[in-house]
Amino acid sequence: MHAISFQDVSYEVTQKKILSQITGHFTKGRITTLVGPSGAGKTTLLKLCNGLLTPTTGQIHILNRAYEEYSPPDLRTTVGIALQAAPMIRGTVYDNLALPLTLKKQTLPPQKAAHYLEAVGLSKDICQQDARDLSGGQRQRVSIARTLINEPAILLLDEITSALDQAAADSIEKLIMQLNQQHDVTVIWITHNLEQALRVSDEVWVMIDGKLIQQGTPAILQQPTHQQVQQFTEGALR
Amino acid sequence: MSYFTLSLTLFFILIPLVLSKTLRLDLERDVLVATVRAIVQLLLVGYILTFVFEGNHPLYMLIMIIIMITTAVLNARKKGQHIKGITWKLAVTITTVEVVTQGILLGFKIVPATAQYVIPISGMMIGNAMVLSILFLNRFAAEVDAHQDEIELILSLGGTPKQAIHHQLIQAIKAGVSPTIESQKTIGLVQLPGMMSGQIIGGADPMQAVQFQILIIFALLTNAAISSIMLGFLSYPALFTKQMQLLKEQ
Ligand SMILES: Nc1ncnc2c1ncn2[C@@H]1O[C@H](COP(=O)(O)OP(=O)(O)OP(=O)(O)O)[C@@H](O)[C@H]1O
Ligand SMILES: [Mg+2]
Repeated sequence: MHAISFQDVSYEVTQKKILSQITGHFTKGRITTLVGPSGAGKTTLLKLCNGLLTPTTGQIHILNRAYEEYSPPDLRTTVGIALQAAPMIRGTVYDNLALPLTLKKQTLPPQKAAHYLEAVGLSKDICQQDARDLSGGQRQRVSIARTLINEPAILLLDEITSALDQAAADSIEKLIMQLNQQHDVTVIWITHNLEQALRVSDEVWVMIDGKLIQQGTPAILQQPTHQQVQQFTEGALR
Repeated sequence: MSYFTLSLTLFFILIPLVLSKTLRLDLERDVLVATVRAIVQLLLVGYILTFVFEGNHPLYMLIMIIIMITTAVLNARKKGQHIKGITWKLAVTITTVEVVTQGILLGFKIVPATAQYVIPISGMMIGNAMVLSILFLNRFAAEVDAHQDEIELILSLGGTPKQAIHHQLIQAIKAGVSPTIESQKTIGLVQLPGMMSGQIIGGADPMQAVQFQILIIFALLTNAAISSIMLGFLSYPALFTKQMQLLKEQ
């Protein structure tokens, strides 16, 4: 079953084509990584999945339902996203973690906040810290935890370990793989780190210049058969 | 005061002109245009007011007020061109301000329903609502622009546009209301309000001038609250698409 499928999806802004005719799918219950050079349109594709952008043309299906059948808040809680810049609202770390629930007029019990912080490798002592004072790596981790609070069926991750050292990145990778295996969460993961892609992926999408160049198992990165993919992996691994 | 005496005040125009020329501020044209406009507009208003006051007919007053509201709307909407439907949103806001103020003043018979009172007070209220609307629109645009990330974050977590923009909206509303509150704190100490000064120069009893001024500043407070809040709540939905996405400015 497809978690998300695309049929001829394009996205343009003022005459500029950012995504061209994407056709493909993300398999349910799997981890798919999205790789490709900077500016390839990876973030744009994730924002389409979460309804932050709407395709100019083409069809998207989410869990076998047409995209248009979802109300935006429904779509966005079913398909959660951890944004590339890991933005924080003003307030404390707790305010940020509780945000998904506050928006639904619910409260986040402090034990639950502590639990989520622990899961991403942070101490619960930072709950009352101003979120604007967090380090880059701490922000990324709070951002992941915040996205998980909505318990999305599909999880979109945009370069979530780019500011982390290897040990912290490893623990996040473990956490995501665990969520995937134990809770059947489908994961779409943008990474510029090809080794990370090889470690975590069931499937890989290679995007270049707004196009989906190749979709397959991690083998398409290890033994590239496609010329453009080969050029990209040589550049990226060098 | 004779027209000759009045024309001597043109010396006040010469000073900025000379300064602009020597310091190359390049403001001569603006100063001249502003001067000519001020003379023509005020003289015109003077004649019209004389006519309206003598006629003292409700229809003349209504027409005057409609002209004032229209001018205010056309002026303020330049600052809100990115907001769809800004013209009618401003018209509703400014009209509400006028209706509420006059409703209280005339309804409770605080001032008599004659052109002599209704027109100048309307002018002050509508002018003030216009300035506050512009202030609000500028600040709102700046707030939204500076915090697109946060707005998008809240949307991405399933929040509604209203939830997403709440903080920016409140900041801009506060920015609209607080100058009015601030200026009330120092009123009379730093400067005598224009209307009061005018009345005193015109020979009115200072205590009576003060009473009127108190009436005006209270009315301005209502004015500030209504105009920022109403315009805010009318305009924020235009910043989002039907699919609850933040519209990016081109
Ligand atoms: N609103 C927009 N208006 C114009 N161009 C845009 C807009 N949004 C994105 N782009 C352009 O679209 C292209 C794809 O951007 P996108 O952020 O999706 O790339 P990416 O693959 O995520 O890159 P990175 O790896 O650097 O994050 C870029 O060239 C970007 O400049
Ligand atoms: Mg990106």
